[in-house]
Amino acid sequence: MSAHFDLVVVGAGPAGIAAAIAAARAGRSVALVDDNPAPGGQIWRHGAHLPAAARKWLVELQASSVVPFYGWRVIDHPAARLIRAESGADCTDLQYDRLILATGARERFLPFPGWTLPNVLGAGGLDAMVRGGLPIAGKRVVVAGTGPLLFAVAGHLAARGAKILAICEQAQLGHLASFARCLLSDPAKLFQGAGYMLAARGARLHTGCWPVAAAGTTQLESVTLCQGSRKWTVACDYLACGFHLAPNTELAQLLGCRTAYGFVVTDDLQRTSVTDVFCAGEPTGIGGVELALIEGQIAGLAAAGKLRDAQSLVPRRQRKLGFVAALRESCTLNPSLRNLADEDTIVCRCEDVRHAALRGRASWRDAKLHTRCGMGPCQGRICGVATEFLFAWHADSVRPPVLPAMVSSLASPGPTRNQPASLSAETAISAHSKETP
Amino acid sequence: MSEVWDVVVAGAGIVGAACAAECAGLGLRTAVVEAAEIGGGATAAGMGHIVVMDDSPAQMALTHYSQTLWHALSPHLGPAVEYESCGTLWVAVDDQEMDEVRRKHRVYASAGITTEILDSHSLAEAEPHLRQPLAGALLVPSDGVLYPPCAAACLMEQAQHNGARLYAPRRVVFARAGTARLDDGTELHAAHIVLAGGADTVQLLPELPIRGRKGHLVITDRYPGMVRHQLVELGYLKSAHSVTTDSVAFNVQPRRTGQILIGSSRQYGAEDSAVDHEILAAMIDRTRWYLPDAGSLSAIRVWTGFRAATPDKLPLIGPWPGDETLILATGHEGLGITTSLATARLVADHLLGRKPKISIEPYLPERFSRSLAHA
Ligand SMILES: Cc1cc2nc3c(=O)[nH]c(=O)nc-3n(C[C@H](O)[C@H](O)[C@H](O)COP(=O)(O)OP(=O)(O)OC[C@H]3O[C@@H](n4cnc5c(N)ncnc54)[C@H](O)[C@@H]3O)c2cc1C
Ligand SMILES: Cc1cc2nc3c(=O)[nH]c(=O)nc-3n(C[C@H](O)[C@H](O)[C@H](O)COP(=O)(O)OP(=O)(O)OC[C@H]3O[C@@H](n4cnc5c(N)ncnc54)[C@H](O)[C@@H]3O)c2cc1C
Repeated sequence: MSAHFDLVVVGAGPAGIAAAIAAARAGRSVALVDDNPAPGGQIWRHGAHLPAAARKWLVELQASSVVPFYGWRVIDHPAARLIRAESGADCTDLQYDRLILATGARERFLPFPGWTLPNVLGAGGLDAMVRGGLPIAGKRVVVAGTGPLLFAVAGHLAARGAKILAICEQAQLGHLASFARCLLSDPAKLFQGAGYMLAARGARLHTGCWPVAAAGTTQLESVTLCQGSRKWTVACDYLACGFHLAPNTELAQLLGCRTAYGFVVTDDLQRTSVTDVFCAGEPTGIGGVELALIEGQIAGLAAAGKLRDAQSLVPRRQRKLGFVAALRESCTLNPSLRNLADEDTIVCRCEDVRHAALRGRASWRDAKLHTRCGMGPCQGRICGVATEFLFAWHADSVRPPVLPAMVSSLASPGPTRNQPASLSAETAISAHSKETP
Repeated sequence: MSEVWDVVVAGAGIVGAACAAECAGLGLRTAVVEAAEIGGGATAAGMGHIVVMDDSPAQMALTHYSQTLWHALSPHLGPAVEYESCGTLWVAVDDQEMDEVRRKHRVYASAGITTEILDSHSLAEAEPHLRQPLAGALLVPSDGVLYPPCAAACLMEQAQHNGARLYAPRRVVFARAGTARLDDGTELHAAHIVLAGGADTVQLLPELPIRGRKGHLVITDRYPGMVRHQLVELGYLKSAHSVTTDSVAFNVQPRRTGQILIGSSRQYGAEDSAVDHEILAAMIDRTRWYLPDAGSLSAIRVWTGFRAATPDKLPLIGPWPGDETLILATGHEGLGITTSLATARLVADHLLGRKPKISIEPYLPERFSRSLAHA
């Protein structure tokens, strides 16, 4: 199975939605692909209780000519102007003239003793589970890590009846203050931030504070926190812990897009280094929803050939870049966090690789080859982000599939070709069995 | 800076690491120079099938000898090397291939290797996920698998334990007349320099008859017990008239982790390491013909690697005729994991003037300088 579109957009978060709508309005045929069953990305996908602005975008998307591929994960780029997507046991190829990557970001986790216990979750992860129906009323929750996501999550969980025992932000108060000043210059952000603070009322905010251990027999029972030389233990049901976000750049890298400092490089019109491939939203720099929406619109318009309209939005984008820088600065990790893990702390969860096995390794590749770190199903998506901070390693090349995929999907889309390609001597690719392996 | 050694080994892939372990173990003052990670070249890309092959008597002699060395070493390898004696099943699809099974059985028997002929029914019992019916198979129980990068690291540790010194990351940029110059200007002097740089050895000796032969592999998530032996097809007879050099074969390996490693492809003239989707698709289609359930397994990564191929499919082991201080240990194509230990033993025998257990003659590099001179 294969279909052609003027434009294929990967990722139906705010950036991808804005891009798809802008291009569809300009008369292009557009496919919007996302691995979740509904559009919205990390922040809007859970439907209920959405702000009016978000609902407006989703309604407009619904009314547009954009062809949805929800529940489809993009796994490969098998040929020029082609991406391959998988959904359950189905596989399809999408041909494009232009491609927009709006693949968003994921949470960054840092290993500390006990972080792999049940009920120690990512901040966004716990939030998503609660939106998905996990009962949280009356539960005792510690929220820890860094970044504005902590406040958003604490506010939301509090609104659902959780007892937020503490919000622990690793950054020092000074860092947060400069971030707050930046928020003041951005009324929309301020409103959002203040709302969360109100909702999280009653929770203690600790700055320069982080978890040093989580404990429990079969699941989490308590968290030990530290702030300077002070250490104390809090009994709790959940620890929601995330250290800001890491961009999803794997697909961009597979396509050959240039990256710098871990982010996809684009010009003013969101064009990457690869012809006809655009990128918008978090992969170009962690900047939040509003920036994602602007970048998405620029990318959608530019990809649809509406260069002047796209250009007219560039100043709006420019104004938001201060926020990106302030965010980056306020979320800079305290070097002491490198010492959280002890010898036995698991760093790579897929392959059970402990911190002691990684110490003294020369590089990510060295660690990978000799300890299996990053070799499991997540291919270093989680531990690679952690070891970049812990050891200053940089992950190696991205190989297909971008996300785990069926073996058959790597060969061909659509119905199975269940015959040997080469049991006949006519085929171009012959068998060589005797020269194993 | 300048230092004097008995042997300098250029390259710490599995072949260089084995040579270093052998030399250091014999008390030779040994230095090893590795440009990148230990076992990070073809060694990191290979399947790690320790297999006896009978393409030619010389290939049989080397693989068989080396396998006995692996058997002797296996108790000392440590868990990270993931050594498993799972055996190989050479799978036959029809009567013609069953004739080949019987021929192979006789050849292996004459070399003292016990094998077992499985009929259609016992093959299905041994590997229930294989396509049914197939004609049968040859079981070679003495074959095994291991995890090559850790095997190389283990050999390198053994070498260092016996006094070998590792220069890494350092590249040999020049090697002649008992001197190896490194990229930081260091000069290492030695009676012999073992060139074990895999396919990259041509950078030091451009006249070497070695070409890179690209291969693809796919690794899956964990499916313990689904495949029990290394499974390899015998179907080469039918494609003997192939018109191109690109080829694929059904070649599937169970890992100790429960993962399944799917191979393999061979391409000449492919320079870049990117995944070639056409050959990958052919390889997977072929795998699914033999192992229909393979299609629905979850694949987590595809990668490629380059085998150092010589024109006669035999490695280059021994002195380089142009400069006898240079000892070659390269050109192992798709069998370097298997034959690394025997290569190291032959190199050490040569250095010490000992009589080798098998003749080194078929692998001597001079076979090519002769043919070049006559051309
Ligand atoms: C876990 C988490 C929770 C967050 N919660 C909040 C919050 O409560 N409040 C707040 O203000 N901000 C929150 N953020 C930040 C917010 O999500 C971003 O600022 C904003 O959503 C950025 O939009 P985007 O379009 O760039 O990316 P995203 O919203 O991340 O959208 C990217 C989409 O692309 C999809 N995708 C990625 N790769 C593929 C692929 N290969 N195939 C198919 N689909 C793919 C993803 O699944 C995702 O749906 C959260 C971020 C994360 C990671
Ligand atoms: C897809 C595939 C599957 C395979 N499957 C099997 C199998 O199942 N069984 C089997 O037996 N074999 C198999 N092989 C073959 C096997 O992997 C190789 O034959 C073997 O790894 C070669 O080892 P090597 O040490 O010679 O080379 P390499 O592993 O390439 O090592 C060479 C080392 O030398 C270093 N180097 C190079 N030049 C210099 C220099 N100038 N200075 C310093 N260092 C240098 C490199 O950095 C590298 O680390 C397979 C190969 C491939 C590609």
